Amino acid sequence: MIPGAFEYHRPTSVDEAIALMSQHGDEGRVIAGGHSLIPMMKLRLAEPGHLIDLRDLDSLRGIQPAGRCIEIGAMTTQQEVAVSELLAEACPILREAALLIADPQVRYCGTLGGNVANGDPGNDMPAVMQCLDASFVLRGPQGEREVRARDFYEAAYFTARAEDELVTAVSIPIPPAGHGYAYEKLKRKVGDYATAAAAVVLTMSGGSCESASIALTNVGQTPLFAEAAGQALVGTKVDEAAVARAVEAAKDIAEPVADMRGPEEYRTHVTGVMVRRAVERALTRARA
Amino acid sequence: MTDATEMTQEEREATLGGIGCARKRKEDIRFIQGKGNYVDDVKLPGQVFGDFVRSPYAHARIKSIDTEAAKAVPGVLAVLTAADLKPLNLHWMPTLAGDTQAVLADEKVHFQNQEVAFVIGEDRYAVSDGIQAVEVDYEDLPVLVDPKQALAEDAPVLREDVEGKDNVGQGLRTHPNHIFTWDVGDKDATEKAFSSAAVTVKEEIFYQRVHPCPLEPCGCVASMDPIKGELTLYGTFQAPHVVRTVVSLIAGLPEHKIRVIAPDIGGGFGNKVGAYPGYVCATVGTIVLGRPVKWVEGRIDNLSTTAFARDYHMTGELAADSHGRITAIRVHVLADHGAFNAHAQPTKWPAGLFSIVTGSYDIPAAHIEVDGVYTNKAPGGVAYRCSFRVTEASYLIERMVDVLAQKVGLDKAEIRLKNFVTPEQFPYTSCLDWEYDSGDYHTALNKVLEAVDYRGLRREQEEKRRNGELMGIGIATFTEIVGAGPSRNCDILGIGMFDSCEIRIHPTGSAIARLGTKSQGQGHETTYAQILATELGIPSDDITVEEGDTDTAPYGLGTYGSRSTPVAGAAAAQAARKIKAKARKIAAHMLEVGEKDLEWEVDRFKVKGLPEKAATMKEIAFAAYQNLPEGLEPGLEAVNYYDPPNFTYPFGAYLCVVDVDRLTGEVKVRRFYALDDCGTRINPMVIEGQVHGGLTEAFAIAMGQELTFDETGNIQGASFMDYFLPTAVETPVWETDFTVTPSPHHPIGAKGVGESPNVGGVSAFSNAVVDAFAHLGVSHMPMPHTPWRVWKQCAALGIGE
Ligand SMILES: Cc1cc2nc3c(=O)[nH]c(=O)nc-3n(C[C@H](O)[C@H](O)[C@H](O)COP(=O)(O)OP(=O)(O)OC[C@H]3O[C@@H](n4cnc5c(N)ncnc54)[C@H](O)[C@@H]3O)c2cc1C
Repeated sequence: MIPGAFEYHRPTSVDEAIALMSQHGDEGRVIAGGHSLIPMMKLRLAEPGHLIDLRDLDSLRGIQPAGRCIEIGAMTTQQEVAVSELLAEACPILREAALLIADPQVRYCGTLGGNVANGDPGNDMPAVMQCLDASFVLRGPQGEREVRARDFYEAAYFTARAEDELVTAVSIPIPPAGHGYAYEKLKRKVGDYATAAAAVVLTMSGGSCESASIALTNVGQTPLFAEAAGQALVGTKVDEAAVARAVEAAKDIAEPVADMRGPEEYRTHVTGVMVRRAVERALTRARA
Repeated sequence: MTDATEMTQEEREATLGGIGCARKRKEDIRFIQGKGNYVDDVKLPGQVFGDFVRSPYAHARIKSIDTEAAKAVPGVLAVLTAADLKPLNLHWMPTLAGDTQAVLADEKVHFQNQEVAFVIGEDRYAVSDGIQAVEVDYEDLPVLVDPKQALAEDAPVLREDVEGKDNVGQGLRTHPNHIFTWDVGDKDATEKAFSSAAVTVKEEIFYQRVHPCPLEPCGCVASMDPIKGELTLYGTFQAPHVVRTVVSLIAGLPEHKIRVIAPDIGGGFGNKVGAYPGYVCATVGTIVLGRPVKWVEGRIDNLSTTAFARDYHMTGELAADSHGRITAIRVHVLADHGAFNAHAQPTKWPAGLFSIVTGSYDIPAAHIEVDGVYTNKAPGGVAYRCSFRVTEASYLIERMVDVLAQKVGLDKAEIRLKNFVTPEQFPYTSCLDWEYDSGDYHTALNKVLEAVDYRGLRREQEEKRRNGELMGIGIATFTEIVGAGPSRNCDILGIGMFDSCEIRIHPTGSAIARLGTKSQGQGHETTYAQILATELGIPSDDITVEEGDTDTAPYGLGTYGSRSTPVAGAAAAQAARKIKAKARKIAAHMLEVGEKDLEWEVDRFKVKGLPEKAATMKEIAFAAYQNLPEGLEPGLEAVNYYDPPNFTYPFGAYLCVVDVDRLTGEVKVRRFYALDDCGTRINPMVIEGQVHGGLTEAFAIAMGQELTFDETGNIQGASFMDYFLPTAVETPVWETDFTVTPSPHHPIGAKGVGESPNVGGVSAFSNAVVDAFAHLGVSHMPMPHTPWRVWKQCAALGIGE
């Protein structure tokens, strides 16, 4: 449980950080809260030669409204996400999901940027971001670009981010007022990654569903945007038949691996249960 | 001598902080300030570090080990392999069970993460780099992780080193992968009872492989003084004196040149009883290098290599008459001991005290057979917070009684009340020859049933069942057997399992007591002081209790199997009584009366009929160094070595209520009521703490802990990512209660309690989960009751969607 040797860098500007990243290529690794990276380093599953610590980059911290979006700096901690009044008001699913991540110690260190950049299918925020149709702001030597969360994840630990790009912020379109939301996560204990989890955001109008978006955590190589599951609800009263179709559509795309949380069959089944519960709870919260 | 203006008798009694008082723990002053002194806090001048190269394979031949690159890593001082230990004859070591275990893999590895080489370096970083640089060439061999397959005719031979030996220490072997058969009870009588029984039940009951997982893992610092030729070994030892003897025998050092110190220990639960390769390698390292060598295992090492618990494949059978009166029990166990037979039990007991399996019930006939088997898994088989194999036995009988109740259609409380040993039968000799010292099982269970409104709960369950909801009520009425033990039937490596206490009273009336046990969190510094306070009339605050240093403490067999209070606690009381006998002589001299004219009151000897004429223990202590009767030697000290006449038999009645989510398989413990009877209660708060801790571990075992292996022998779940250690969030609320049935043979009537809650708890949880499904015809479900397993049961019954 002792990491290999590495050089430590602490850039004071985003440009400096990006320069260090391009200089060191695949030998370099940025470190944010360290709560995914350090455990991997201690097991020597990650052995970066250069650690580029982002902690001095104050410009990457903070939660601000930006037009019809909210922008959250990559170095904002999960704790800050959980207690933000702005988010509680405008996008409360983030608070609900943040509080289901790990435990307070981890949340005080772990960052939102690290959580979405990590690429571990167990992370909770990626599916929430897919559900919200958020984009990640990436900056590299070539400049800045935005990638939708729904296009970002390629395989476990592989994302659309280039080696020398930094996630600087997450940009979240503010969901319509009166939307219903829920993040349902089944886990074995506090601090555990999901056996299966589902994020749901929906809007209702005149008793029928106007929009619905569903995404899944830890039941595939990447977070899964369950587009068909959401579509199954749109235009319905979100009645039993519609919910059952959404559940089936979500289960159809789930491809969990068997692990100590349970065999595939079980994890697929509870994916459905989480989707059902999240939809039902979101519905009770939605203003008709 | 004493003026009458002082405190009343009650006030004096209260100031003592003696037996029965819920005083705070003396040791917590340092623990809550972060000032404990654990092995990893030991930092000696010139100290270096060592750690292991471990095998990625579960079964493989070692073709070569290249240590050159590792030796070239800056800071690496030495790399030891079996070849280096061989000339010292230290490449193998004896186990407590009569087998041998490889210290460093000798030609073959037998389980994943087995110790292959030991790298020593200036710091932990150099050591880790060195470990990575050692190159081992393996040729993998077929792996056996299932003990049934291990006994197949054509199974690969695991232990080539003992091939052809018909005995490896605990009985005759019948197969190259077989270790022993242990057979007790009356086979014919049992068979007869079964063939004539109105009802019989049979169930396959597997008690999964778990790990005690103390918060502090195992470790040591070995330090050789080359000038004096003295070895000091600091370590996480539950039994430091035994370690000294073992080190002397293994390393060939004279025992007086070895000092073993167990500093503060962060939990043991059986994991820290055995001797591990790390201790041997650190010792060799310090001898070779002349510098102290520290070895502290990591969490994965702890969970995957130092002693596990259980892995018992049990087949239980009960015979009964048509009214549910049990007439016989038959058990067969396939005991998976892993790669080496290194379980920690009294040497003569290959299945520990498993024959307590008749439990709290008056069963006329029993027969038990246990077969030990080698597999490609880590060695061990320790008693994880239970007396030797008692939780296995208790789990079996408590489950089987439920199975029988369901078969004959009896209520699960009623079948117990019907089969209990009755109060008049004590001392009760079981058909497997244990003499239960005292008990009152009916009172205990009835008290619990009333406290929880058992009938009301069953009514609620009926209603829930009608609505398709799953609610379970689990009862466990266990009997423990603790306090190993009488030397006539218990020894470790030939040493009787007595324990000891030495007391010195200082002239000003305070005292120090040293004992042969070793607390790992049990609160000995407090509870022993309380026993002595009541016995000696000295406030427990004025008594220092010390354990764990073999240079100062009297020889004892250590702390495990809830033996400290039954054995060392008794030694403390007996030593105190020796002191009191001498104190009486001194008091008689001081008060100028005959010894017979004196009577004891709280903290003093009084002259009968003249209450104002008295000598306090404090005054007597001073006199012991200055004002003695003719012919009496000065000082006030005593030693007692206590060989218990019998075990003690704590018992209890637990009741657990669960609700099951049939869609996710999650089980919610709604209520847990635990009544314990541990005889005389020394410190109710400490007992409460022990019960809470034991129940929490029982909850962990029943609901989540398991170490499994894939077919190539990769261990799964051996880190905190998976291994279930409940936090305050998951842990149910515990309600505790008690009855007091003192042990008739123990000097203060105490029985030991640390392990009862684990023994009783596991079955209570499991019984509750199965009970939730009982109306659907389910009689048993495998532990641990993780959501996916419980859901699989739902799915099989068609209620999982
Ligand atoms: C006990 C425990 C339990 C946990 N449970 C959960 C859980 O239930 N749910 C959950 O979602 N997470 C969980 N985590 C992980 C935790 O949330 C991490 O904090 C998070 O995954 C990573 O954030 P970090 O800031 O710590 O990133 P780091 O660990 O520092 O980095 C993670 C990875 O992301 C990269 N990275 C970080 N920031 C950036 C950036 N701005 N741009 C580009 N790349 C970047 C790093 O190079 C690294 O590869 C748990 C962690 C622990 C230790």
